[in-house]
Amino acid sequence: MENGQIIGTPKEIVKGEARVAMTPDSALQLQKLGYQCAIQSGAGVMAGFSDEAYEKAGVEVIKTAKGLWEKADIIAKVRQPETRELKYLVKGKTLISFFNPAGNEEGMTAAKEAGANVIAMEMVPRISRAQKMDALSSMANIAGYRAVIEAGNNFGRFFTGQITAAGKVPPAKVMVVGAGVAGLAAIGASVSLGAITYAFDVRPEVAEQVESMGAEFVYLDFEEEQQDGAATGGYASVSSPEFREAQLAKFRELAPEVDIVITTALIPNREAPKLWLADMVAAMKTGSVIVDLAAERGGNVEGTVMDEKVVTENGVTIIGYTDFPSRMAAQSSTLYSTNIRHMMTDLTPEKDGQVNHNMEDDVIRGATVTFEGEVTFPPPPPKVKAIAAQKKPEVKQLTPEEKRAKEIADFKDATKKQVIMLGVGGLLMLLVGAYAPASFMNHFIVFVLSCFVGFQVIWNVSHALHTPLMAVTNAISGIVILGAVLQIGSSSSLVVIMATISVLIASINIVGGFLVTRRMLAMFEKS
Amino acid sequence: MTYGILTAAYIAASVLFILSLGGLSNQEKAKRAVWYGIVGMAVAVLMTVFTAGSLGWLIPAIVIGSVIGWYVAGKVQMTEMPQLVAALHSFVGLAAVFIGLNAELELQSVLGMDEAAREVLTGFALKLAHKTAVEISILKVEVFLGIFIGAITFTGSVVAFGKLAGKIDGKPIKLPGGHVWNATAALACLILGIMFSNDAGIWTMVLVTLIAGFIGWHLIMGIGGADMPVVVSMLNSYSGWAAAAIGFTLGNDLLIVTGALVGSSGAILSYIMCKAMNRHFVSVILGGFGGDGGPAMEVEGEMIAIDADGVVSALEDADSIIIIPGYGLAVAQAQQSVSELTKRLRAKGKEVRFAIHPVAGRLPGHMNVLLAEAKVPYDIVLEMDEINEDFPQTDVAIVIGSNDIVNPAAQDDPNSPIAGMPVLECWKAKQVFVSKRGQGTGYSGIENPLFYKENTRMFYGDAKASLDTLLQSIK
Repeated sequence: MENGQIIGTPKEIVKGEARVAMTPDSALQLQKLGYQCAIQSGAGVMAGFSDEAYEKAGVEVIKTAKGLWEKADIIAKVRQPETRELKYLVKGKTLISFFNPAGNEEGMTAAKEAGANVIAMEMVPRISRAQKMDALSSMANIAGYRAVIEAGNNFGRFFTGQITAAGKVPPAKVMVVGAGVAGLAAIGASVSLGAITYAFDVRPEVAEQVESMGAEFVYLDFEEEQQDGAATGGYASVSSPEFREAQLAKFRELAPEVDIVITTALIPNREAPKLWLADMVAAMKTGSVIVDLAAERGGNVEGTVMDEKVVTENGVTIIGYTDFPSRMAAQSSTLYSTNIRHMMTDLTPEKDGQVNHNMEDDVIRGATVTFEGEVTFPPPPPKVKAIAAQKKPEVKQLTPEEKRAKEIADFKDATKKQVIMLGVGGLLMLLVGAYAPASFMNHFIVFVLSCFVGFQVIWNVSHALHTPLMAVTNAISGIVILGAVLQIGSSSSLVVIMATISVLIASINIVGGFLVTRRMLAMFEKS
Repeated sequence: MTYGILTAAYIAASVLFILSLGGLSNQEKAKRAVWYGIVGMAVAVLMTVFTAGSLGWLIPAIVIGSVIGWYVAGKVQMTEMPQLVAALHSFVGLAAVFIGLNAELELQSVLGMDEAAREVLTGFALKLAHKTAVEISILKVEVFLGIFIGAITFTGSVVAFGKLAGKIDGKPIKLPGGHVWNATAALACLILGIMFSNDAGIWTMVLVTLIAGFIGWHLIMGIGGADMPVVVSMLNSYSGWAAAAIGFTLGNDLLIVTGALVGSSGAILSYIMCKAMNRHFVSVILGGFGGDGGPAMEVEGEMIAIDADGVVSALEDADSIIIIPGYGLAVAQAQQSVSELTKRLRAKGKEVRFAIHPVAGRLPGHMNVLLAEAKVPYDIVLEMDEINEDFPQTDVAIVIGSNDIVNPAAQDDPNSPIAGMPVLECWKAKQVFVSKRGQGTGYSGIENPLFYKENTRMFYGDAKASLDTLLQSIK
């Protein structure tokens, strides 16, 4: 489609940022939505995507950032735009990017004044429908994985325990603090490398997820009504001082044992809580490694230096990098560009290459921070409740006594019903018996008993064999042939003709019914 | 051949028939059980033929009938099983009508004879000759019942056959006035029956045949294709009761026993089917869905389509898969493809199972037979109650050509016409793929919120073609 809008991705200008918001693969998918794609020359190089690869995927390569920003109707990028990038924003353009709206008043004002629409990827609401565009989660996943790899890189020993000819190697002990997306990814990576992995989170309900990943959840000896994480959009909330004390005491106890600590504790829009204090760092063995994924917000660990690796006096390495996703640029670009592509899919319900910025849609509304010259941040709470929806009112649990009483009542009812039925049936029988001759009653006994036998037998027929059952009962109902056989010797020719036809069709029934049953049954095979 | 030996043969046949039905409790025993039925039938027919004496017309009729039956049974496709069963039911009904009319003709001729003529009678006529007046009037009631039920079974089965074979439009059709016609016709039959037992003559019975035939036609025309499992098992039941009524007429215990077995079998099947749809038997037979209690719940969201590649990659990632087949699978003749897919997925170490809803298809147990034909091992084919709890632990559920039996509205929406019907809770699986021809509603015309769920993807296309494209990528 030639008249589709153009999606463009510039080269990230933040130093060291290797990610790119569009990959050749995602470009192909975007083109299926009717868009044209453009990219700034060299934007994908650090993530391993050459200009040629983009060209092959039908993406127009544009030399300069300025040219790209001018040409594209929609700009997709990774990092929060810098001031000089914001200057390119003009009315009618849509920017999709991380934007940090809570801490980027200046950027929002600039976008508002320019009249551009901005979709902030970190504002995508945490509802199931939006998971496919939740870039925070996909980046956190990478960060968690990479944290383990970085830790391993700086850790002088194996993760897994081994008994070799050259001696016994104990397994490494890894402690993950905060079991969000990043934490869980770190747990997964660490467990699969063979380390003994512990995990802690203030939300006790994630214990199950932690254990499902193969790590041990560290429980506190502390009784407190914790706020359900689901109520706060799936994020942890601030804990009480008593709880914090109990938590720190537990960490202090564990510090001498663990070899690697990975902290991922972040509370939205707050400074990262200090969880691993200086005395804990001091208590750790020489050669231990700490990776602080919260370094960008000040760090969970006392002694973390943002974007740097430091070694303490007692030989503990503290890693405070903030660019873990960028360190795996190929992977993170692929995931991020897929998030962007899903966002575009939702923005393009008609697949016609035209953005339909539907502010009624919970996800789009939630992520949009400026729209047509208005700041639309913060968004109203989504119409669809986050995470697990409200539980339906539970069926009242009966106490054992009530249950028993109910059972007795049911039993009495059933008995009453049966007795009434038997009574009525008996009366009817008596009535019939009083008038009908003996010969009829003889047959009637047979009939009633057969019905009972039939009922008893048929209830046991396996569900899967209902079709063969129909075929076989159909075959044996061909027994009416006997009636016709008895009549066929009649002197009346009309009777003979009708009897003959009856015999004929009943024979079809018998033979057809049995054969087809056999055919069906022969097909049933056990694996 | 004496009366004693014949009775002994009948007892043997009755026992064999009961064993034959009882043996259907599992697949392995069933293979033996069908032989019991065949032997029982052979014993009964042979013994009766030899006592009847007159073989002139008999042998050719049996031989021709058997050949036709053999040919049809060998040729029929498993997807055509519902219409075959319906067609065979119509034969029983028709035979019952003829035999009932014959009984009346014979009775009249016997009653017209003098003592001397009665002496030389054989077979059925001999029995009639010894009847008292009370017995004769009871006989007339029996004849009436046999003809009435037989005629309904006959035309009803013919219509059911037509609908199942697609020769008649599957939609419910009723004459203006609806069930007033049926009620009037039934009343007319009753009056004619009373006239008949007061010696009004055979014309009353011919009329009953025609009117009852009309009832059967009109009744089944008014029932939609989705309710066919109930209809077919109901007709199965009727054919049994007709045989039992004829048994009373002829004073033949074997007919009575067999008729009662078949009748109760069909009745139970109908009951099971109705229960599976959470509907009353009466409301199924009277056709159409019950009264509407209010507006149906609004369905939110959108149907999201997916292509074959998406399904393939999800299947490659999944460990546990449940397939839910429906009538669409039968229509598309896709059982072989689904079997092949199952085989390949199982070869990759994935757990693949089938969930069968009691009313999936157009015949009780229809899906089981189709899957068995395609050599899907029966121990991975499970009933609704066995598998419903496993959906939350399942990675992928694939719905092929079924609709109402996976409709969450049955649980969520008290105003839905199918509210309360037990359904397969496939939406609890992590991901659901629905193979469906288009966006339209299913047979019952009810909107299915499953299609709009967030974990549901629509895989549009003919079931067989869709599965075949999957097979190209899954090796």
